[in-house]
Amino acid sequence: MKTAHSSRGRFGRSAAVIGTGIALSIGLAACAPAAGGGAETGNADDIAAALEEKSEITVWAWAPAVEEIAASFEKEYPNVTVNVVNAGTGNDQYIKLQNAIKAGSGAPDVAQIEYYALPQFGLSDALVDLSDFGFDALEDKYTASTWGSVTLDGGVYALPQDSGPMALFYNKTVFDKWGIAVPTTWDEYIAAAQQLHAADPNAYITNDTGDAGFTTSMIWQAGGQPYTTTAQTNVTVDLQDEGSRKFADTWSQLTENDLVSPISSWSDEWYRGLADGTIATLAIGAWMPGNLTSGVPDAAGDWRVAKLPSYDGTPVNAENGGGGDAILKQSKNKLVAAGFLQYMNEGEGTQISLAAGGFPSTVSDLESDEFLNAEDPYFGGQKVNELLASSIEDVVPGWSYLPFQVYSNSIFNDTVGQSYAEKSDLNTGLQSWQDATVQYGNEQGFTVNK
Amino acid sequence: MTTTTTDAGTAAPQTPRRAPRDSRYTRKNMHLGMHKKKSVLLTVIMALFVIYSLLPLFWLLVSSTKTQTELLSSFGLWFSGPFALFDNIAATLTYDDGVFVRWFLNTLLYVVVGAGGATFLAALGGYGLAKFNFPGKKAVFAVVIGAVAIPGTALAVPTFLMFSQMGLTNTPWAIILPSLISPFGLYLIWTYALDAVPTEVLEAARMDGAGEFRTFFTISLKLLAPGLVTVLLFTVVATWNNYFLPLIMLSEPTWYPLTVGLNQWNAQATTVGGDPIYNLVITGSLLTIIPIIVAFLFLQRFWQSGLAAGSVKA
Amino acid sequence: MTTVSPPATGLVAPKRQKQKLDWTGWKFIGPFMIVFALVLIAPVVYSIWLSLFKDQLVGGNQFVGLDNYITALGDGRFWESLGRVTIFLLVQVPIMLLFALAAALALDSARLHASAFFRISIFLPYAVPAVVATLMWGFIYGTQFGLIGSLNDFVGTAFAPLSSSWVLVSVGNIVTWEFVGYNMLLFYAALRVVPVDLYEAAELDGAGAFRIIRSIKLPALRPAIVIGTIFSIIGSFQLFNEPNILQSLAPNAISTYFTPNMYAYNLSFSGQQYNYSATIAIIVGLLTAVIAYAVQLSGSRKES
Repeated sequence: MKTAHSSRGRFGRSAAVIGTGIALSIGLAACAPAAGGGAETGNADDIAAALEEKSEITVWAWAPAVEEIAASFEKEYPNVTVNVVNAGTGNDQYIKLQNAIKAGSGAPDVAQIEYYALPQFGLSDALVDLSDFGFDALEDKYTASTWGSVTLDGGVYALPQDSGPMALFYNKTVFDKWGIAVPTTWDEYIAAAQQLHAADPNAYITNDTGDAGFTTSMIWQAGGQPYTTTAQTNVTVDLQDEGSRKFADTWSQLTENDLVSPISSWSDEWYRGLADGTIATLAIGAWMPGNLTSGVPDAAGDWRVAKLPSYDGTPVNAENGGGGDAILKQSKNKLVAAGFLQYMNEGEGTQISLAAGGFPSTVSDLESDEFLNAEDPYFGGQKVNELLASSIEDVVPGWSYLPFQVYSNSIFNDTVGQSYAEKSDLNTGLQSWQDATVQYGNEQGFTVNK
Repeated sequence: MTTTTTDAGTAAPQTPRRAPRDSRYTRKNMHLGMHKKKSVLLTVIMALFVIYSLLPLFWLLVSSTKTQTELLSSFGLWFSGPFALFDNIAATLTYDDGVFVRWFLNTLLYVVVGAGGATFLAALGGYGLAKFNFPGKKAVFAVVIGAVAIPGTALAVPTFLMFSQMGLTNTPWAIILPSLISPFGLYLIWTYALDAVPTEVLEAARMDGAGEFRTFFTISLKLLAPGLVTVLLFTVVATWNNYFLPLIMLSEPTWYPLTVGLNQWNAQATTVGGDPIYNLVITGSLLTIIPIIVAFLFLQRFWQSGLAAGSVKA
Repeated sequence: MTTVSPPATGLVAPKRQKQKLDWTGWKFIGPFMIVFALVLIAPVVYSIWLSLFKDQLVGGNQFVGLDNYITALGDGRFWESLGRVTIFLLVQVPIMLLFALAAALALDSARLHASAFFRISIFLPYAVPAVVATLMWGFIYGTQFGLIGSLNDFVGTAFAPLSSSWVLVSVGNIVTWEFVGYNMLLFYAALRVVPVDLYEAAELDGAGAFRIIRSIKLPALRPAIVIGTIFSIIGSFQLFNEPNILQSLAPNAISTYFTPNMYAYNLSFSGQQYNYSATIAIIVGLLTAVIAYAVQLSGSRKES
């Protein structure tokens, strides 16, 4: 649940602070040279100095922990005011961010951006390269895959906030009821799907109406690398490469045969299905436990976690979801923003995120005994973190997203979604998705598949 | 359709109107005079219609009495579990530092200034079109009616880009300014004023030396009152339910109207560790539609009498 | 028409005005036109300007003349969305207006018990914002836990309102639900101002209820029906709110180009193709204006 942030309204407080801020800065400007807040680069000392001065930054984030992190940050640096604004979840926020960037004003200082959307913003020259603040030295603090997701063309465009190595969440009560063994390969998974649906026609192994993030992660796990970008504008899209076909051929066996529930993820019906066992598993990122605990309390004790099934039995994994935070070039307080960013994703903020149920991207947290040995009561006392952390090393390296992934994902249901709707081969849908994506890229001036 | 409307204007009877009738010949009495009996069949058919209209609202009411967990596990159309309406209302009003109340106040602001302003501009303009012949009058009419056909989305992006150049995005002005134009309000007042404000009265005032605005405010407005109330009613509904433009113009929740705020709460279920707050979305929706229903019921009395008066006037 | 018996002050009829240009009217229409210019005319002009350019993510902004229009005319998605709203229009609008008409006639007939209650209840959905309306109907349409689901279990059917084959009907239902009361009031208001003497004359002639409807009420309703039709046509071409909000529940049935407005919206806000989006919107706007004007012409021609 929401923690109490402040009893005073945000609006009233910022008005007061702006007022005093203006008065103070007029006074300060008279006797000192322009201070560090507006500077473009700096090292740790510059950041520390900037945090001592009166300033205000705006942070766009929807992760609930950010409000608490901001409050804690303000206690430590009382001269800084952090306005946390929920400008929408995921794509809704990206639209606003893009609008503000195009308009040249209105963007926040710091924004939460998921990994799949980072290349789009990074390559559009809207984000600050964090090497300007020496943050490239923080590489060792994060897992390889999350660090890889925030670096583009040699620059560092965000600090990872959480990570999402995939896992199989399954409803043990349902499995036990029908005598279904936990699958370790996808063939076993399909067999389990058939077994479950035959035993209980209302139940399904999972739900799927077509989700771009899920599909790209699964292609990733199957070893596909459909997207490559060189020289910033040369792009290739191949959604029929070996990994893509392997995934599509396997998963089509489920979608063509009515073995997945036609409920959309994150809907009212989806939460119900997870609660009453009619959706028996989820192949999804490691951040899911927090969502299950708060969103599906009725099923506490029913669920467990296992490694994601693979194609040949040897564990292999991909990341699904998760994101980091970046500083916008439009920011007028880059040093302060950098200070907050570091606090949130490398300093004390990480502990607050952890307590709120986020899955960390910081190596120290992922290796700490306390984290690994935690027994989660929701999962019947299982040490879920241990399993999830161990699956990070299985993540296939070398994956990258498109410089226009946000758009491409937005037309996923127009294209691949039709294969779901028609219960036909997913490969056709993937081809159609590829064609539309390529067309868009070329229209936007990229050189795609040429 | 998100635009306001006009009443039909007066019919074109073939017989000239006569002096006001005495009560014996009013519509209602006349039917009684014919011994028209109430039809049960008709009533039953209409009742089905009403069920259709009210069913979703009934679901809303019932759902707002349930807790979050009950919502997800019980049959939608009947009560279940503890009666949580007041808890839900309290939670809705206090969630996130009471942002819902803020949204409510924002919506009130947009409605009062926006709908009020729209009614005023429509009154002024419709009156001008009805009672004055001025150069460019035909062009004005054509342009205004033509503008109605333009899809809102055609205007959304250019308006957004324009407003961001002017620094208006993310401020209440971005919502209020576009809602000040009600072409249908203009049309309605124009048709209403043609008959409701007799030119003789205006001429009399002019002869007495009153300025045009003075005449307008002291005499014409009163005559236009029923039409004004109708325009007000529809602009109030339109501004209260305004969704698309605020969605684009506002990036931060501080200035959201209720509709956009509810939409954001609804989308909030999809966050890491976020709590789905369907019970708040539903209770919030209920709280959102109650004031507008009350407003309609309240304004309806005036509007009804206005129409009745219109049918009897000389 | 007003006839004037000259009062004592001996005024002239207003029609015989002085010949010189009288700008007084502008004092009244002026404020409206100023705001109008800002929020409607300026964006339209800007929109037309935008449609003549092309701003790419890589390569910047260039003048392309009518290229966008040519692309639009050959764009399959655009024509599909246009076709869809046309079908929607041809089916939903007559059905909704028919229901509204029937309800208005029923209310006006004074043969209903508790007609005031009916009037208010049927109008109520108009007061509900699209977000809330879609939320409510989204629940009802649910096949697993919604009302339709329960109905399916009860009756043994497998009706899926949010499947590709039914989704347009489902959206049409929501729109009908929202606006039938508003149109009913439009018609009812027109019926209320029919002069009493017409009914008297009809009674004297011994006309029955249906004859009265045909000869008195329907002709009286013609202007209202024309206006209701025009608004509904415009509304159908601009269909956006309901399918857009419903899309998350039916992502494969409702595409990003389900209606022309959705296409334009997604072009702008997902694809950052503002120029092409403006082009689509202008074409649809022109089409809407032409059709609405045609309806209005045929409506008023029939009248005279």
